[in-house]
Parts: sequence; C-alpha cells; structure tokens
Amino acid sequence: MKVSPALTSYLQIGPLLLVLLLFFGIPLLVVIAYSFFQFDGIDSVPAFDFVNYVDVLTSGVTLSLYLKTLYYAVVVWAITLLVGFTVAYFLAFHVQSLIWQMALFLLCTVPFWTSNIIRMISWIPFLGRNGIFNNALIGAGITQEPLEFLLFSDFAVIIAYVHLFTLFMIVPIFNAMARIDKSLIEAARDGGATGWRIIWDIVVPLSKTGIALGSIFVVTLVMGDFFVVKVMSGSQSASIAMAMSNQIAMVQYPPAAASAVILLIVVSLMVAAILRVVDVRKEIAG
Amino acid sequence: MLKKANAKKAGQRAGAKTSTGRRRFLKTAALTAGAAATTGLIDGFPLVWSQNIKDVKLMQVGGSYSAIKDIADQATKDLGFKVEMQTADHSALLNRLVTQPQTIDIADIEYFFQHHLIKRGTLQPMAVEKIKLWDKVVPIFTKGTYPDGRKVSSQGVLPYEVQYVSGPGAKEFAKSPTNWITGIPTVYNADTLGIRPDLVKRKIESWSELLNPEWKGKTSIVSVPGIGIMDAAMAIEARGDIKYGDKGNMTKAEIDKTIEILKAAKKAGQFRAMWATFDESVNLMAAGETIVQSMWSPAVTAVRSRGIPCYYAPLKEGYRAWGSNIAPMAHLKGLKLDAAYEYMNWYMSGWQAGFIAKQGYYSSVPEAAKKFMTEDEYGYWYEGKPAKGEIKDPYGNLMEKPGAVRDGGAFWDRMGKVACWNTLMDENQYMVKKWNEFLAS
Repeated sequence: MKVSPALTSYLQIGPLLLVLLLFFGIPLLVVIAYSFFQFDGIDSVPAFDFVNYVDVLTSGVTLSLYLKTLYYAVVVWAITLLVGFTVAYFLAFHVQSLIWQMALFLLCTVPFWTSNIIRMISWIPFLGRNGIFNNALIGAGITQEPLEFLLFSDFAVIIAYVHLFTLFMIVPIFNAMARIDKSLIEAARDGGATGWRIIWDIVVPLSKTGIALGSIFVVTLVMGDFFVVKVMSGSQSASIAMAMSNQIAMVQYPPAAASAVILLIVVSLMVAAILRVVDVRKEIAG
Repeated sequence: MLKKANAKKAGQRAGAKTSTGRRRFLKTAALTAGAAATTGLIDGFPLVWSQNIKDVKLMQVGGSYSAIKDIADQATKDLGFKVEMQTADHSALLNRLVTQPQTIDIADIEYFFQHHLIKRGTLQPMAVEKIKLWDKVVPIFTKGTYPDGRKVSSQGVLPYEVQYVSGPGAKEFAKSPTNWITGIPTVYNADTLGIRPDLVKRKIESWSELLNPEWKGKTSIVSVPGIGIMDAAMAIEARGDIKYGDKGNMTKAEIDKTIEILKAAKKAGQFRAMWATFDESVNLMAAGETIVQSMWSPAVTAVRSRGIPCYYAPLKEGYRAWGSNIAPMAHLKGLKLDAAYEYMNWYMSGWQAGFIAKQGYYSSVPEAAKKFMTEDEYGYWYEGKPAKGEIKDPYGNLMEKPGAVRDGGAFWDRMGKVACWNTLMDENQYMVKKWNEFLAS
C-alpha cells in the first residue's frame, strides 16, 4: 500500500498536534472563556463580560506589576546575555579540543542536575544576615555590619534568576557559535581585524539566532515566574504571575484568567519583536 | 451485623432520642464510644456492620498541621476501613475542593473556607445526633461563647458563625444552633508573636511591636493575604492608627488605610520578609533574620528545639485565633457516608486530640485528649502547669525540659483571649487586589 506524501506529513505531525491541542489548546480556550466570566466575590458565573479586562487594565496595580516584572526581565536578560555569551564564546573559540569543549559544556549543566528549588533556596543561608557571605565579609574586616540588601531584596531575586536561567542563554548561543566556520575568523585575523572587531562584526551577527532563542527563553521564564520572586524577596516583591497566584489562591478565577490572557498577549508581542529582529528559522533549518 | 455487646450499650440510651432504622447502627456507634469515653477504653471500634466496610477508603485532604499520616494510620487500625491523608496548602486545597471535589472524601479545612464552599454545595452537613460527643465540644464552636458565658470575639470568621445550617442543601449558615453541623472542629489554636528574647532584650506586650521602628528590618508577618492583613490589623489597631469596626471584615476604606500603612512600613524597611510556610517562619527566626514575627505555636517550639531561645508572647490585645474542621464531601453517600460518620466520631474520641496536643494544638474535646496523654503532658499543654518531666512531641523528640511552662499558660488563658479569627472578608477580592498593590510597591 502506498501512502501519499501529504498523508505522511499529517501522520508525522499528528501526535504533536494532538498533544498540543489537548494540553495547550483546550486549556488555553478554557482560560480565555473564564476571563469573560463574572465573579461575585465567591463564585464564578458564566457570562460574556469585559469587566475583568476593564478591571485589570484600569487598575494602577497592573502598571506597577508590569513595570516591576519588566525590570526583572530586562536586568536578568542583560546579565544572562553577557555571562552566557562570554561562556559560550570561551567554549566555542578558546577551547580547541572537542573533548574538552564537551566536558566543559557538561560542567555548565552540572548544577542543573539538582532541582531548581534547591538551587534557589541554597542562596538563603548563603546571603542571610548571619549567612556565610556576610560572616566572611565581617571576618575579613570589609564591613562592620552585615549587608541587609543581599537577601529578601531585588538583588536576591535577580541573583537567583541569573543562576537559574543563564544556561538557557549558554546552550543556544554555544550551538550557534559552534556552527561558525573557523576559517572566517582566520581570514578576518589575516585581514588585520582586532579581537573586538572579530567579535562584533563576525561572531555576534552569526550567533544572533542563538542570542534570540536564549533571549526568548530567559524573558518568557522571568515574565511568567512567581516562585523565585516569592521566595527570594521574602514575599515582599511581586510579579504579574504572583498577583495571579494570589487571586487563584482565593479561587478568583475570572480576574486571574483575564490577567493571564493579557500577560500572554504581552509576552507573545515580546517574542514576536525578538523574532522580528532575528530570523530564528535559519537556526532551526540550520 | 451488630455485636451483641454494642447492641446492649445502645439500649441503655435508646430512650434519649427518637430512632429510625437507618440511624440505628450509627447511634450504636456513638453510644459505644460514649461508653468508651467514660471507661477510658476505645472498645467497640471498629463497628463492623457489614463486610463491605473493609473496602471503604476515605481520602482526607488538608493542611500539613492536621492531615497527619499517623492519625490516618491509627484510624485505619481502629476502624477497620482505610483512611488516607494528603496534604495541601490553603490555596491548593481550596482550588482542589472547588474544581475536583470527587478526589476528596473528607475535607479538612479552615473554618473560613466554609464561606467559599457553602454556596457551591461542596460539602454536606452532618446530623448532630450522629455525632456522639457534640455536647462535649468546646462551646467556642457550639455556642460561640466561653464556658463562663462571655461571647467569643466575632471579628473575622468565628467558627460558631459557620457551624450550623438549617439542613442539607442549605446555602446559608444558621444564626443559632440547629441539628445540622457543617463539620467537626479538629485543630485550633491562638496565634501571636514569636520573639527572640536574646536579641529583643526587653518585654514585648503588644502587637504594635510589629510596626515598631526599633525592630526595623527584623519583623515579619504571614504572606497569605487574608491572614497577613489580620496580623497587620492587630498591629495597626494596637498602635492606635485605626479603630476597626471588624478587623476580620474590613470596609474598603479600612482596607485602603491598612494597605497605606503597610506600604509605608515596607518602604521604611520594617519587614525583613513575609513568610509563606511553617519552615520559612522557623528558619527566619532561627537564623536571626527576624526577631519579632507572627508565628504558629509549633514553629516557636521548633526554633527552641534547635537550642535557640524563642517564646510565644502573650499580648495585651489578645490572640489571632484559627480553627480547622473536617466535613464529608457532598458526593459521599451510603456506606461511605456511614464510614465518614464513624470516622468523625473516632476523630473526636481522643487519640487525635492527644497526638496534636503534643504539637501545641488544641482539639474539639479537650477532656478526650486526657486518655492519650500523661498527666504531666496534659498539665503542661492544657493547664499551664510547669512540666514535671521532659515534654516530648508525638515522635518522642524532646520539646521542653522539666520546669518549663507553656507560653501564655493554660487553655482558657490562651483561647479565652481571642481578639479575632482567620477570615474571609466580604471585600476579599478588593483586599487581594490591594495586597498585590502592597507587594508591588
């Protein structure tokens, strides 16, 4: 029996399509439906009402939540990009032996063999008022009083994000850099280009698909997080997702659903903007 | 089939209540246990009226402080059918009750959850006559009063206010006792501030200390919005900024003012953190991150058991109390519902009370706890007497050395000074919104 090529394609994408439809498409539709429901203070009432959207969009809280979350996203994005790019560059261009390259790359992933939560929480005893770091500073005579801003602060939130998410930057950038033809670099060097010039004019443009993918990972992860911000700020800072989580805790589904839909739109726009700048398909089609 | 001995005991009190056929065995169960309570024996459990009962499995889901596996194991042993426990935090529990009620048989909830659940019909009320020790339950729950007749504070959700309904299917709570109850009280306590005396170095007598700049950067409240705002309200009212009509049911204007004060305190760096879990509260205190903090009683003990001084300060404004209850889910019927009643009666018969008392919590029928505690233990936990010997937790770990006296003293010295209860406000949605504003500030 001969199967037509078109049918083969459908069969190939079938399983994924089914999974996406069941576990992404339908739940998303439910969330969207709920966002139009009315909420009477206790229960959700099926309706088609924009009141939740009006509420979210006219509330001053929304703006401050978005500003706070965007602040985290931008700072974390910048730091992870810098660190991720540097590490990937070192791995791709300075480590000559393929074996060492792989070994060091695996080393980057070692922290990820433990759970996210453990890695995050281990910062708490380290950064605390009487934590290892403060004790070391005082012991070394660098400060007299423990530094309070280290824990339960924006600083702590950002350090945890960077720790958790840098790998998501390293992997795609390293992947993109590994594809760069080494002879290009040699040619540039022969032509008299400085190291910075090579990075800026050759390495960066050729690894921008990796940078874009890494950026999408990091930005979407930070935009949708509530747990890191909750634990590391000692519940004293907020993110959009944390506000939603506070609503869901009180089964206020319709307002939370409206916030979720708006967040989805905002994050989609951000991803679209990144894709607009960089054609990631090239990377995937490679 | 009923055992003969049980039937005989049933006969002894048969005249007291009208009897219908269906209720017979349950009443027997009640009376059996009633007899057990007086003799100090839990004979008669399990009451096997059918072989099928062995196949019944009850799934109880509740907070980590009350849905304890040891209690399920003991119940399984005593009752002859299986009881299982799962724990979930407030948020997960409420969401599961509302969205997947079929996965739960026994809801183990804080009293204020009843407000979320009654209109939804998630639970089913129980007939008082089938609950054998109901008249022994602390009057806070059954009458809303103390034993001396004083009314218990009704700021917040006083359990009594959500304790009774007119009957199955009711969408509102009854204003006075009826023959139908929404659940049986299980675990409750009076919460106050935990203090590190080695770092505070003076007496703490008021909730206002939470906002005292003297402890700047070293205080903490609960991060659960509905409870954190009560901690804050206790402090704000104690400081004299606001006189609330009802702290547990604030008006929008009161919420606004409260949040403004909280924002200002946060801006000034008053709070070190807000805690979300038991462990967080213990670690904050033990590490010296906080020295004045709203806490749970066992958390204070947990700090102390690490060799770090910590006490649970009785304050002049009184305590923020909370209570849990268990109730059968609406979908229970037939044998499973009968088993649920059986389980409720077992729950009140003392084993559970003795177990959780050793963690610092109170239970519905304190006198039943006596049978499962030594005189010294009961004296320490309930009567405010100095411990004669070592006081140990249910697992045998040392909690207090001889001579120790419980912070706050005896049962009625603590539960008799309730200022407010954990709550669900009418303006809950607005409150959560403002709380998020506070966090984002």
